[in-house]
Amino acid sequence: MIRMPAQNRPSGSGGKITLMIRLKVNGASKEYAGDPAMPLLWYLRDELQLTGSKFGCGMGLCGACTVHVNGEAARSCLTPMQSVSAKQVLTIEGLSTSGDHPLQKAWEQHNVPQCGYCQAGQIMQAASLLKTKPKPTDHDIDEAMQGNICRCGTYQRIREAIKTAAGVKA
Amino acid sequence: MNRIELTSRRDFLNGVFSAGALIFATGAEADVTKATWNPSVFVGLDTDGSVTIVAHRSEMGTGIRTSLPMVVADEMEADWSRVRVEQALGDLKYGSQNTDGSCSIRDFYDIMRETGATARLLLERAAGDQWKVSASDCKARNHEVVHTPSGRKIGFGALASAAAKQPLPRKEEVQLKTAAEFRYIGKGVPSVDLKDICTGRGIYGFDARVPGMVYASIERPPVLGGKLKSFDDTAAKQVAGVTRTVVLEGAQPPYGFQALGGVAVIAGNTWAASEGRKKLKVEWESGPHAVFTSETYKKTLIETASQPQKVVRSVGDVDAAFTGAAKIVEANYYTPLLAHAPMEPPAALADFRDGKVEVWAATQNPQAVLTTVSKALGIKETDVTCHVTLLGGGFGRKSKPDYVAEAALLSKKVGKPVKISWTREEDIHFDYFHTTSAMYFKAALDSSGKPSAWLQRTVFPPIGSTFDEKEQYGGGELSLGFLDVPFDVPNFRAENGPAQAHLRIGWLRSVANIYHAFGIQSFIDELAHAAQKDPVEYWLATLGAPRQLDLATQNAKYTNYGKPLAQYPLDTGRLKRVVEVAAERSGWGNRKTGSGRAWGFAAHRSFLTYVAAVVQIEIDPAGKLRIPRVDMAVDCGSSINPDRVKSQFEGAAVFGASVAMMGEITAADGRVEQGNFNNYPVARINEAPYETHVHLVEGGGPPTGAGEPGVPPMAPAITNAIFAATGKRLRELPIKKQKLV
Repeated sequence: MIRMPAQNRPSGSGGKITLMIRLKVNGASKEYAGDPAMPLLWYLRDELQLTGSKFGCGMGLCGACTVHVNGEAARSCLTPMQSVSAKQVLTIEGLSTSGDHPLQKAWEQHNVPQCGYCQAGQIMQAASLLKTKPKPTDHDIDEAMQGNICRCGTYQRIREAIKTAAGVKA
Repeated sequence: MNRIELTSRRDFLNGVFSAGALIFATGAEADVTKATWNPSVFVGLDTDGSVTIVAHRSEMGTGIRTSLPMVVADEMEADWSRVRVEQALGDLKYGSQNTDGSCSIRDFYDIMRETGATARLLLERAAGDQWKVSASDCKARNHEVVHTPSGRKIGFGALASAAAKQPLPRKEEVQLKTAAEFRYIGKGVPSVDLKDICTGRGIYGFDARVPGMVYASIERPPVLGGKLKSFDDTAAKQVAGVTRTVVLEGAQPPYGFQALGGVAVIAGNTWAASEGRKKLKVEWESGPHAVFTSETYKKTLIETASQPQKVVRSVGDVDAAFTGAAKIVEANYYTPLLAHAPMEPPAALADFRDGKVEVWAATQNPQAVLTTVSKALGIKETDVTCHVTLLGGGFGRKSKPDYVAEAALLSKKVGKPVKISWTREEDIHFDYFHTTSAMYFKAALDSSGKPSAWLQRTVFPPIGSTFDEKEQYGGGELSLGFLDVPFDVPNFRAENGPAQAHLRIGWLRSVANIYHAFGIQSFIDELAHAAQKDPVEYWLATLGAPRQLDLATQNAKYTNYGKPLAQYPLDTGRLKRVVEVAAERSGWGNRKTGSGRAWGFAAHRSFLTYVAAVVQIEIDPAGKLRIPRVDMAVDCGSSINPDRVKSQFEGAAVFGASVAMMGEITAADGRVEQGNFNNYPVARINEAPYETHVHLVEGGGPPTGAGEPGVPPMAPAITNAIFAATGKRLRELPIKKQKLV
């Protein structure tokens, strides 16, 4: 499960502070001057039109909104803009230049998605897992992926695809 | 009755074709009493050889946007790599677009094949004319036509214009391929959306966007039928980005697909709209449904099920058989309300201008969008355009377009394009719920343990109540696993009692099959144990000799999913076969059990598909349940895209496990008590079955259904396994509310 660092929790300051937040999204420099409490998810989706990161619960319960902040998986629905100042954000759109990240290729090989809505979050979460555990066990996969819900029930193939991408026996 | 027509209209696909392209329409006239002809699919071949095939069904994860066009391409001998799939607008000309009931393949497989085969014949004839040879010597093969005697070849593109001038063949001239000639059917191709999904480029309802759009969030009446008393939007309007509020009139019963009404906050982005809504102060008058509290309602349902009710199927004399029986077994079963909770909550975008509206929606039923939106706005259906996006799950929720009506009403009031995207809490509070049910069973066993009499009752607030508030009896639900009990019992009676609905009741993946299979497949397991027999052996013995059932002989109005029994029989032989395959492939006969491990079994025919499931469970000393393995044997006639069929059953095992283990919606004073995945959990990767093995049994006959029939056997197979492991018979769902050790 993802734990939010203390500074990532929404502060009680609401929309009163106005400051320019500078960050990088998929390598490109961005500036944001709106409500600093607004979660990163809505900045990505509504302002940058990067709609690959999805809304599923708004409470960090489902993982559909998972992106990387400074290389670590984060639930963008709970990550206020003020917490990503000077940080690097990576979304599914920036994971690889042409959809050829080993996980994306494995996802295609195993025909993982059904409706597909949660899969960007699943892939981003799995990418974070493989950074810290390049050869994950079933237990590692369950631990890392249990925050990401797939209502279509593609878990079996998600597990197989992660193992394929990691080069461990399925 | 199928008809195919050539057409010169170039606007079918918004003019994507160049002049001279072959475009033709195919129609299925499902209702021969209607004078109008509804073309159901369009395929076009452009002069550059590119083929466009229209997908008229909604993609919510079954792969249908790929599978049906693939059928056309196969019969046409088109090279799949040169096929582009275009999503249809909502339009009656396609025939039904309502993507539910697991019927896309079974209703459209034949017509798609004929469409492709007709195109192939026209291309072959065009080549014959061009070469001045007999068309019968010209064979379409992988996007070109070959003159078999000489080996000459010509590409499809070069033949497009000539093919378009060919007269349409008579139906009997069109030859469908043999199974051996299939290029894609029965093998499958990757989903056309696979790459987009894996790179975050797929566009869902939540992602729809047009220039100048604003975002809305609605505070709806918390109790069904509640009236707006007063509201204060002062604080809401102070939220940065909020521009205004709009009152939407409350819906009147029957609620159907109407927008529920409420107070909408309009803002410049999703976050501001939602923050503004949280700051609204709204007072509601609750109305009559405030009496609804799940605990007391449950008692009423169970009480109703304990009394004699309306007989819906009867054979022999059950009461006489109960008198003097060697053994009587009785049981009550109960299942709670469920919410769909698709990963993408309802979302739609509407742009009303000049008396017309264009909508973009994650909808399973674009034609219901046309009727619902036109009625809500008081405009003609032809003035509504419905674009269908990808759906982030549907499960039946998105065939009810209340949320699309909301977007359309707001766009009209605001004068701008309006996007509505529900939060998870809205999705759960304002669902069309899978109903709650109580069932009662009583059986008499003879001295050999065989059931000589079987009485069953079902009581649930019906789906019909959403469309007629007075309706308290089951309609179509009774044909979903209740009337069609396949066992060979000489004295059998089925009854249905009344129940009043207090929420919008709707259909959810597998619908009434879920609770009926849970009750019936658990009860037969109870009988097996009462008779001290192996559950699978007892099940097969009770099923009786292979035969085709006609329930009309037992005074049952069984609808067989709208299909004739002659074509889609209720065949106990096919049921027997999947049971045998599931038992054999899982190793049922050699199962090792003990120390918290056990196996459970259930089989159920739904959506014309025969499914048997064997579930292996483990219960640890703390009472935590794991499902290491599921085996499902499936006879869905034939599989067009086998990997997608398998994936549907893998997914159904997970969906069914969620239903069994943790799914429960409750209400207090008319208000739904759950709101997100913390209190309405669904199975996660560490809770779902670890692996599901799907064994496809080619039963022959036409393809049936795949999306839903895997769900119903799961709950009873799991609770039957729990009984085998612990001796505890769980007669209520969800399992999580009960102690296993």
